[in-house]
Amino acid sequence: MRLPLIIALVLAALVTASLCIGAASLFAGDLDAGFLIATSRFPRTAAALLAGMGLALAGVVVQQSVQNRLVEPSLIGTPESAMLGLLAITLAWPGAPIWIKMCSGALAALAGMAGFLGLARALPRHDPMLLPIVGMIYGGILMAVGLWLAWVTDLMQYLGTWRLSEFSGVVQGRYELLWGIAALAVLLYLVADRITLLGLGETQARSLGLNYGQTRALGLGIVATIIALVVVTVGTLPFVGLVASNIVSRWRGDNLRANLPVIAAFGAGAVLAADILGRLIRYPYEIPAGTIFAVAGAGIFLWLLNAAPARAHD
Amino acid sequence: MIEVSNLSYSAGQAQILRDISLTIPQGGITAIIGPNGAGKSSLLHCIAGLLTPSGGQVRIDGLDPFDAPHRDRARAVALLQQTPRIATRLRVRELVAFGRWPHHGGRPGPEDARLTEEALATFDLTPLADRSLETLSGGQRQRALVAMTWAQSAPWLLLDEPLNALDPKYARDLMERLHDLTRPAPEQRSVVVVIHDINAAAGWADRVIALKDGEIGASGPCNDIMTPATLHAVFGMAFDVIDHKQRPVVIAR
Amino acid sequence: MIKRRVTWLALAMLALSAGFLLWQLKGPTGFILTLRGTKLATLIMVGAATGAATILFQTVAANQLLTPGLVGFDALYVFLQTLLVFLLGGVGYAAIPAAAGFLAEAGLMILVAVIVFRLLFRNGGADVIRILLTGVILGIMLRGLAELLQRLLDPAEFSVVQQASFASFSAVSPAQLAITGTALAIALFLCARMAPRLDVAALGRPVARGLGLDYDRLIMQALALVAALVAISTALVGPLTFLGLLAASLARELVPTHRHAWLIPAAALTGALILVAGQFVFERLLGQQSTLSVIVEFFGGLLFIALIFRRRTL
Repeated sequence: MRLPLIIALVLAALVTASLCIGAASLFAGDLDAGFLIATSRFPRTAAALLAGMGLALAGVVVQQSVQNRLVEPSLIGTPESAMLGLLAITLAWPGAPIWIKMCSGALAALAGMAGFLGLARALPRHDPMLLPIVGMIYGGILMAVGLWLAWVTDLMQYLGTWRLSEFSGVVQGRYELLWGIAALAVLLYLVADRITLLGLGETQARSLGLNYGQTRALGLGIVATIIALVVVTVGTLPFVGLVASNIVSRWRGDNLRANLPVIAAFGAGAVLAADILGRLIRYPYEIPAGTIFAVAGAGIFLWLLNAAPARAHD
Repeated sequence: MIEVSNLSYSAGQAQILRDISLTIPQGGITAIIGPNGAGKSSLLHCIAGLLTPSGGQVRIDGLDPFDAPHRDRARAVALLQQTPRIATRLRVRELVAFGRWPHHGGRPGPEDARLTEEALATFDLTPLADRSLETLSGGQRQRALVAMTWAQSAPWLLLDEPLNALDPKYARDLMERLHDLTRPAPEQRSVVVVIHDINAAAGWADRVIALKDGEIGASGPCNDIMTPATLHAVFGMAFDVIDHKQRPVVIAR
Repeated sequence: MIKRRVTWLALAMLALSAGFLLWQLKGPTGFILTLRGTKLATLIMVGAATGAATILFQTVAANQLLTPGLVGFDALYVFLQTLLVFLLGGVGYAAIPAAAGFLAEAGLMILVAVIVFRLLFRNGGADVIRILLTGVILGIMLRGLAELLQRLLDPAEFSVVQQASFASFSAVSPAQLAITGTALAIALFLCARMAPRLDVAALGRPVARGLGLDYDRLIMQALALVAALVAISTALVGPLTFLGLLAASLARELVPTHRHAWLIPAAALTGALILVAGQFVFERLLGQQSTLSVIVEFFGGLLFIALIFRRRTL
């Protein structure tokens, strides 16, 4: 019972900090504090929490699907695929409503993951560390295609906003799609056991009666939607899924029915913390949360790579 | 009873199993032996409904494993694959509890908890129940996996090379345990096990199916198969068979 | 045969250079020739430095899939440069004579690269995939850190370093060319002197030491050269991850020999050929500026994945 309380307290502290900190002071009186919170601070805080939660959950699902804990969507080219889908729809139908763009991004993300799974299956060696390398190169190739396409069609500035996550532009009316992540998180929690079973590998999971293909397709479909939502509203954040699921797993194991909420809370808190840090480091200017997370996340990844294997969680 | 009729299986161009027909009666341990590449593992996976054959059919107590809903199939037959690579960090109890999944589909009840504990106890895992899988030795890990398959409560337990990476002591303990559990009391289960160590089969199996080049070389009660002539026909080399405490012992000549 | 192939490469280089300079030459010929000449020299120097550095590095790492770009050497250079600007301030940095500034950066680069390499290969380089993944992630972290530092700079100072962080072949001053050109000439001369010993070193540490080579010292010297070469090319145009892999792999196909005396010039020529030919095609024939680096990344990535699949090992 103590753990949920601690998590709630930490998140509450972060949310309070996030609502109070910003270029315009809440207490100076020259602005209506309630108005500021409703139109800017609250949307921004909610966006960081939702994006962090979604990315953390997406990381878990991808890791279980390929039985490898060194990958996550941003390490297997998923955001890049989503960007290609968004670019394509922007070119084909510039005035498309946002949800159509979203769907196009999600479909492209799904196709990108399917491509990666094909690569992973054909990979000659089962070295867990080879998978993220191939995934990153795969993402790099997709990104090169995206850059080229954006360059020749003059859409570079779109690509720029999708590539780096920044919460400073989040205001009321421009982030509400992200609430979809909350719904997806609930859906994922309902099938948490199945996602854990994916991690046992195809044969063993099927032997336990799991419809492996269907479950994996469902999980990856959720991942694709989350990534497309995040990319289109706030831009990509690297390493969130990797860091959240690995740290929680080292600490509490992988029984997702028990841990999925912890992982989600960890991801949400970490992204919000990165955003707050970005607001503070060079106050009143801001540093994008994506930049902070790239540095911190890469550092944690290096530690995961070279640290001794996790001790028993007891 | 498992009934296999005219079963064929090919992977790409290679024909792995050719027109196999056999029946395995309920109870006891049935060992599948044969040289490397004879198709032992493929046969086991086809019976469990996890590999789709190119022809023929399989019935497990009348159930078609390829047609039945996944969870019905998993309640009829449980398969443990050879040295599964499990990257997931689970405690022993959590792993074994997943054996109950085909029964509760995500909403475990008290009965599931009871059977999980029972499976843990059956394989002496209760003291290890809260340990993480990755802290276990190879033998303990294998026992936990067998316990998970056991907790599936399927009448048929299919094990693919369960003795791999086990010390002689653990191998003996496991086979002894399976031997006792497949006697009629307290509840009769049947074990089909792929084994490459002929003497492990000779020492514990009730029946033996010997595969050769994707076909059945011989099958029958253990003592009938463990003869120099039959073994020579299957493995293409000479063996001596001696009798030791009413069980055959096979020595390569 | 080997000698003839290298000669062919050199002749092709000459012909291509002539084409690059003289294609549809009109108007103020003197002015255009100077412009084109500067660009040609830049391309050749970057290609040659990257090609030679990659061959050296592959011998040092005893692996033909690793390249300095992949393990983050160019990110290291960008980071060090940003750090210098950050510490000295934009004005202070600009006050340093160009030659001294470059020498300081290259010196720092050599020092840090040798330390990083020592850390990466502390287990004798047996675990290539771990080294590769660590290097790639290190590169991401250094890029993130450089970006973080850039955000902390004043916008005016920011523009001083910004030009170094994205590959472009058009903004190089003649003074810069003269300095890096001299550095490149010295570095290539040292490569040539080292070549026979590198042939022995390629046999592996035990054999090479058995044959009386001071292996460890040679490796350190070669590594210092690699760092200097990477500094040269990154100082000119910014990071290009996959050019080295393309140049070295292609050179090994075209000039199948183990002898570094031929391999190094072959890779240098191939690297230069790729860049000059690519720039020629994109700029003159297709009329597209600045997409060359994207194309190099695209094909380099494809080549890397193909190599993993073909070799079945790393």
